[in-house]
Amino acid sequence: MILRFLIRIFPLVLLAGLWEIAPRIGWINPEALPPASAVAVAWYRLLMSGDLVYNGVSSLINVSAGLSLGIVVGMAAGVLMAWYPAVDAAVSPLMKSLYPMPKSALIPVMILWFGLGAGSKIASIFMGCLLPVVLSSYNGARGVEQTLIWSALGLGASRRRVLWEVVVPGALPEIMAGIRNALAISFILLVSSEFLVGQRGLGYLISFLGDGGVYDAMFAGVLTVAAIGFFADRVYLFFMQRTLQWRE
Amino acid sequence: MATGIQFSAVTHTYRPPRGKPVLALDGVSLEVKEREFLALLGPSGCGKSTLLYLLGGFLPVENGDISVGGKKVQGPGPDRGIVFQNFALFPWKTVRQNVLYGLEKQGVARPERERRAQAMIELVHLNGFEDSYPSQLSGGMKQRVAIARTLAVEPQILLMDEPFGALDAQTRALMHEELLAIMRRAPKTVVFVTHDVREAVYLADRVAVMSARPGRIKEIVDTRLPGGTNPEVQQTPEFAQKVEHLWQLVRDEAIKAQAQATHG
Repeated sequence: MILRFLIRIFPLVLLAGLWEIAPRIGWINPEALPPASAVAVAWYRLLMSGDLVYNGVSSLINVSAGLSLGIVVGMAAGVLMAWYPAVDAAVSPLMKSLYPMPKSALIPVMILWFGLGAGSKIASIFMGCLLPVVLSSYNGARGVEQTLIWSALGLGASRRRVLWEVVVPGALPEIMAGIRNALAISFILLVSSEFLVGQRGLGYLISFLGDGGVYDAMFAGVLTVAAIGFFADRVYLFFMQRTLQWRE
Repeated sequence: MATGIQFSAVTHTYRPPRGKPVLALDGVSLEVKEREFLALLGPSGCGKSTLLYLLGGFLPVENGDISVGGKKVQGPGPDRGIVFQNFALFPWKTVRQNVLYGLEKQGVARPERERRAQAMIELVHLNGFEDSYPSQLSGGMKQRVAIARTLAVEPQILLMDEPFGALDAQTRALMHEELLAIMRRAPKTVVFVTHDVREAVYLADRVAVMSARPGRIKEIVDTRLPGGTNPEVQQTPEFAQKVEHLWQLVRDEAIKAQAQATHG
């Protein structure tokens, strides 16, 4: 058990060791990659100064708002498209034309429409999260077995109740997998939209520190974003497995 | 309440999303008497399940007429309970929650529905599994849950779509006895779809043999046996005779159905 754990963390420890040594003995230019200890010190300073928390909270609010909006609208659109052919006919051309577009290309448009502040960030994240949620909800809802729907109808449920009580829970495994993709996409769009314009957020902090040549602190910012993304995914995965524990 | 069923000249065309329409049922007329156990026997693809779904109200009756107790079928209703081959349990609900679902939809008050759900679970011998999810149960147990869920709302008519087709032979034999025991306690009109000749002869009062596509009623055979329905009756020459007779009727249709399947 302990041996297993040691084997698993060994590559990470090795990487951290190399990261510390390589810039110090001149294998790598310390400007391009500051040693791990310098980045750790810079991270601690950012935390103590309040910069990390201030910008981190701002980013988390944007991600939560954009992602929640994407989940709510995406689930509604996907499930209703699957359930009502008329909605499908009206909405699916729009979805299909949006699908191949790289969502980061929409960021300048969102800035034009929603300004330089939080609005454009939330809108960009929303656009990026929308389609994975729509598609997974649509496929999930269409994949619900006909006999399940018939069973509920036969037991006296109205069509509207069947939508809520059978189609949505039946589609949930796929919907939740789609939301996990959306979660990853939301961080990409958050950071890229904050790089572009704005006065707060982790993306802004990274680009500000990079422009100022404070590379150890810039690396600290990058690692923070990576850690938050990783942690958010783990928490979500735990929540997802708990919600879907009825599966074998 | 009258529960006799009348099919009059029912014709049904199946229209796949892609490809050309297929005539699935062609002028089916059939009467099922009150509290009769009728089996629909035929090769796969003959439309016997379609006939059942039309009676259930899950598919619209486009040509002809289906009535229950003199009233035209228009959509699904709790007077006709259905059990499917694939169990169709709600996988996110426990055994108890599955059985409770129909009672909730019928507006039965909470203490009463808890009591009735528990009684149904005991009827199908699933005590101790109330809080299990379907994924934790065997095939036979799943089908017992489905039967309990359907019977909980006390339908007068029970529709069964190859309900034991996915079970192994031993489990199937046990389920036959359970079903017969339940029917003796609370008799119902039953329409039972199967392609298993022995199962049809053993369980049913009458067997309606259907032709290969397009489905028509080829012959109706009375299969009530002297001495009633018990496992021993399957050893009698009368039983063997009925099985042989029905098998002759079905075999030609099964060969035709196979030819249809291979030649599209």
